[in-house]
Amino acid sequence: MSTDANSLDDLKSAATDAAEVPKESQTTYVPFYKRVLAQKQGKIGLTITLVIVVLSLCGPLLLPWATGNTATEFVTKPFSPYGLFGSDNLGRDVLSRFLAGGLTLIVYGVLATVLGMVVGAIIGMLAAYVGGRFDAVIMRLNDVILAIPQLVFALLAITVLGPQGWVLVTVIGLTHAPRIARVARSATLGVITEDYIKAAEMYAMPRWKVLLRELLPNITGPLSVEAGLRLTYSIGYIASLSFLGLGLQPPAADWGLMINENRIALSIQPWGVLLPVIAIALLTIGTNLLADSFARATASTSVEA
Amino acid sequence: MFGKVIGKRLLFSAFILIAVSLLVFGATLLLPGDAARAILGQQATPERIAALNEQLGLNDPAWLRYFHWLGGLFVGDFGTSSATGGSVSALLGDRVWASFVLMGLAAIVSVPLGIGLGVYQALHRGGRRDQAMTGASLVFAAMPEFVIGIGLIAIFATSVFQILPAVTLAPPGEPVWNRPEQLILPTLTLILVVTPYIVRMMRATMIEVLDSGFVEMARLKGVPEKRVILRHAVPHALGPVAQVVAIQLAWLAGGVVVVEFLFRYPGLGQALIDGVTYRDVQVVQAISMLVAAVYVVVNLAADVVGILTNPKLRSAA
Amino acid sequence: MSPKTQTVRHDDANEPNEKIVLRVTDLKVVTNAGDEILHGVDFALSRGEILGLVGESGSGKTTAGLACMGHFREGLKFGSGSVSIWPRGDATAVEVLDLSEVAVRDLRGSRIAYIPQDPALSLNPAMRVGEQIREVLDIHGFGSSDRERTDRVAEVLVDVGLPGDKTYQKRWPHQLSGGQQQRIGIAMAFAMYPDVLILDEPTTGLDVSTQSVVLDTIRQMTVANNVAGLYITHDLAVIKDISDRVAVMLRGDLVEEGPVSAVLDHPQHEYTQMLMSAVPDLDGRKTIGDGAAEANKPSEDDDQTHILVSTGEKPSPGGTDSDGSESGGGAASATAPLLEVKDIALAYGKAQILNGINLTLEPGECTMLLGESGSGKTTLSQCVAGLNDDYTGSVKLRGTELERSTRKRSNEQRVGIQYVFQSPFSSLNPRRSIGQSLTVPLEMSGEGTAASRKAVVEEALDSVRLGRSFYHRRPGDLSGGERQRAAIARALVNAPSVMVCDEITSALDVSVQASIVALLRTLREERQLAMLFVTHNIALSRHIADNLAVLNKGKIVDYGPTAQVLENPTHEYTRALIADVPKF
Repeated sequence: MSTDANSLDDLKSAATDAAEVPKESQTTYVPFYKRVLAQKQGKIGLTITLVIVVLSLCGPLLLPWATGNTATEFVTKPFSPYGLFGSDNLGRDVLSRFLAGGLTLIVYGVLATVLGMVVGAIIGMLAAYVGGRFDAVIMRLNDVILAIPQLVFALLAITVLGPQGWVLVTVIGLTHAPRIARVARSATLGVITEDYIKAAEMYAMPRWKVLLRELLPNITGPLSVEAGLRLTYSIGYIASLSFLGLGLQPPAADWGLMINENRIALSIQPWGVLLPVIAIALLTIGTNLLADSFARATASTSVEA
Repeated sequence: MFGKVIGKRLLFSAFILIAVSLLVFGATLLLPGDAARAILGQQATPERIAALNEQLGLNDPAWLRYFHWLGGLFVGDFGTSSATGGSVSALLGDRVWASFVLMGLAAIVSVPLGIGLGVYQALHRGGRRDQAMTGASLVFAAMPEFVIGIGLIAIFATSVFQILPAVTLAPPGEPVWNRPEQLILPTLTLILVVTPYIVRMMRATMIEVLDSGFVEMARLKGVPEKRVILRHAVPHALGPVAQVVAIQLAWLAGGVVVVEFLFRYPGLGQALIDGVTYRDVQVVQAISMLVAAVYVVVNLAADVVGILTNPKLRSAA
Repeated sequence: MSPKTQTVRHDDANEPNEKIVLRVTDLKVVTNAGDEILHGVDFALSRGEILGLVGESGSGKTTAGLACMGHFREGLKFGSGSVSIWPRGDATAVEVLDLSEVAVRDLRGSRIAYIPQDPALSLNPAMRVGEQIREVLDIHGFGSSDRERTDRVAEVLVDVGLPGDKTYQKRWPHQLSGGQQQRIGIAMAFAMYPDVLILDEPTTGLDVSTQSVVLDTIRQMTVANNVAGLYITHDLAVIKDISDRVAVMLRGDLVEEGPVSAVLDHPQHEYTQMLMSAVPDLDGRKTIGDGAAEANKPSEDDDQTHILVSTGEKPSPGGTDSDGSESGGGAASATAPLLEVKDIALAYGKAQILNGINLTLEPGECTMLLGESGSGKTTLSQCVAGLNDDYTGSVKLRGTELERSTRKRSNEQRVGIQYVFQSPFSSLNPRRSIGQSLTVPLEMSGEGTAASRKAVVEEALDSVRLGRSFYHRRPGDLSGGERQRAAIARALVNAPSVMVCDEITSALDVSVQASIVALLRTLREERQLAMLFVTHNIALSRHIADNLAVLNKGKIVDYGPTAQVLENPTHEYTRALIADVPKF
């Protein structure tokens, strides 16, 4: 990598590739999910993620008192009759709000990731496949968007358009896109010089078929890693924005918002903060471990590795 | 030769800044309806709205306002805050330094720490410590910064120990570094978020370099292991790692927003959140431009490192 | 653990004697997982002699060579056995594998030196070349003064035929050519006057002419310094050229060892015999790959083709008994040739890659396009196949001029010319089964139903001697040779009239190469296939081609019937090329 960098741009892409773009293994084919589950990270990550997701999906059904008041006072002690983990300063049951507060986060996170993946993968693959000036222009534009951190970008958008759900999803998805495009592009560049792509061209396979049948299956590894990472970051950003008070607005039940509302009382009623903090931590750790196991599965040649 | 490459990079940096300025300014054109009314609220009298429009120069065509604004940037005039009515430059003056202190401290600790840990892991790859450190860096890299920050507050400031301040204690106007203890938790939060990325990158790059032919050759020449690593391997890993470090330092400029909000730290991030909450467009624009400038500067620095550590680029470029 | 194989030894030079400098006894190397890679290898290196260690990929030859230096690559470790070295002047042996890390380091680079396979990867790109040689001297404390070391650097550079001056020493590795880089590697190895030299395929990747210069340097330096050398290679021709003795390895065992002439001319072990029969010889005295391709194929055809070609009396394939065409002679002149390449030129900026290329090909005829790396041979073959549309000039198939790009060519034209890629590891989509990949040409030419396509593909798999059981397998499960057969089968499914084979054997071991060459010969006869066989390996010419075109720097410098070109080369480049080929 560094040894055969002939220009600074090569160096840059080599630098980011080494960490982020695993080489797709070319040897014995074992289904991807089996390779993922063969990793310790894969098993742990999947379990944690599933637990949190199931909790957020089913939670609201179990304890449907998320936004209404159930107590008349601020109950700081856990295991009180007002709720397993007490109430917040408005007397709302912490456990109920906790169980209800994860769904939006997960849904927004997934939507933003999907948006970013679709847009980014298409741009990246096209840039690499078409090449030439198109590639150069696309990558320069990418650099411009990369110059502003995603969170600052989101804040800029919220200033203009207001703190609404679709704004969060769109701006986070679209700011993921150039980053994903970079990975998709370099993964594609790694594959595009392969002779089987040239062979498909030689047999005059329609270009969309070349992209879909010959290219895409060979970059699913790096793309899946990227999807896992981007999901982790999406959840992080959306939770952060909620925490900043710029996501869901009160009186909605939402983990980030809960942390913001209850953090003043951290020392007397820690559960209102700690439950959502732990949940967000577990969720992001779970998805990140999954992303890591995708990377290992992509690079590994067999189940044992 | 060297100058030409850097000159090219400088030009490109200027292009990025111009493009970002267009983007940042263009975004404000998307403000729905009447900007002045949005700022002043529904009860505002027409006279007040007209006055604000005049004050903000909103009656001019967009391109004129853009050049006016851009021209102002060059002389340090970021316009007038629509929320406070004061100059944005004055508002941000002290805060810039407060934020730089935070970011600088985090960078000074996490860059050498990350490189050191990464090299250590690469040299002991596959071992128990390597695996444990990989696991730890996965965990810390995953969590959003405010989660780590609250964890630290719970441990060091409230629930477990009460040895460090949970929020910034300095009254407005007092420089933050007058009370160093209030810097510890915010800095630590940033370090815990940034270091894992540098570690992972350094580890990956070092492993690749350690597997390369010239490192094997150095060993087969009888070069002592310490010299193999310091003289033959590490220099090759620095170029690529500088790129990642640059990305991380630029990211710090964003991550600092949440951390400042969490610790009520009087920096740019806090100002940005206030700006967003009050829809104070000028402040948001100004801070976005500052952050983009940080990105451009650290990337230039990384390019210089990249060129210096690679003779091929030095001579051929 | 498989039992140790008995090594066939031609003499008793391996028995202890005072000439021996390094002796490997019952060496076993295992992977970290516990699998044995070397099953107990014995050999000895004597002063002033080079032992060639030859084997195909995966035979463990490099592992054995590095073990002599006490070095094991990631994932491998020492099993058992010993490596003894008698450093200059010492009567007692040092056990390399029992030494401490520090002591081994003292030996490496001073008493045992290593010359690596790829100099471009082995020289530190961020260190000046002089400094890299100097480093060896500094570490091992050469001489007594700075001055002495500085002089030695200049001296050893001159020894290997490079300028020893300060400006040359200040160059970076990337500013040198491949041959120069390798000579820096040689200088580095000889700097300390070592006793033992381990050479790990030091000429792979170099052109034939550069290779011969580098080999000369190595031979000279070995004799002048009275060093014992271990030359690791897969190339038997190089072995014959450079070494005094040869040891043949097969999957971690040493199967045969002895003086070069004895082993190569009278191989005892069946593996050595097979290997020898697979090596192409420039004179074409034998037929490579016979029997390796298929047992039931009558061998007379091959022999006859072969004899006719090698005697050079008949220029074109008219003599092949299974060939019914009248091509090559005057009778065909009235009709247009099957494939005609006219005035093809191609330039990228100032670089003229191809310059006025003319070629013709008749049905059933094979033309070898010979050229070194950078000669433009791959570019030319891709122009013919329509993979490169930047050329000027024309490619005609049966008299019709073809569009430049394969996408613009008609279905029939596309089917007519098929291209087989160089690397079998890259030409098949790893995510699709062999059957799926082989169906693509049929699908795109719109032929038949799904069932009939499957039948055609299975038939093609049969004809390349893979068998239809490969239909559902993926490339990852196949060996290099099997993949190349599958790639050839893909070119066959559309029943082309011309097949362009671009270096299709260069990534393969010599025994596999022989079987592929035999397969191509069979296919030509069975299908009347015309072939453009692109290669850098002149030794293959008599084994496959009727005509030979020599490409140098984008121009064809010699063109005619194979025997004629080889026996009476008109261009000096061809003459040099023939002279540089290691002789058998």
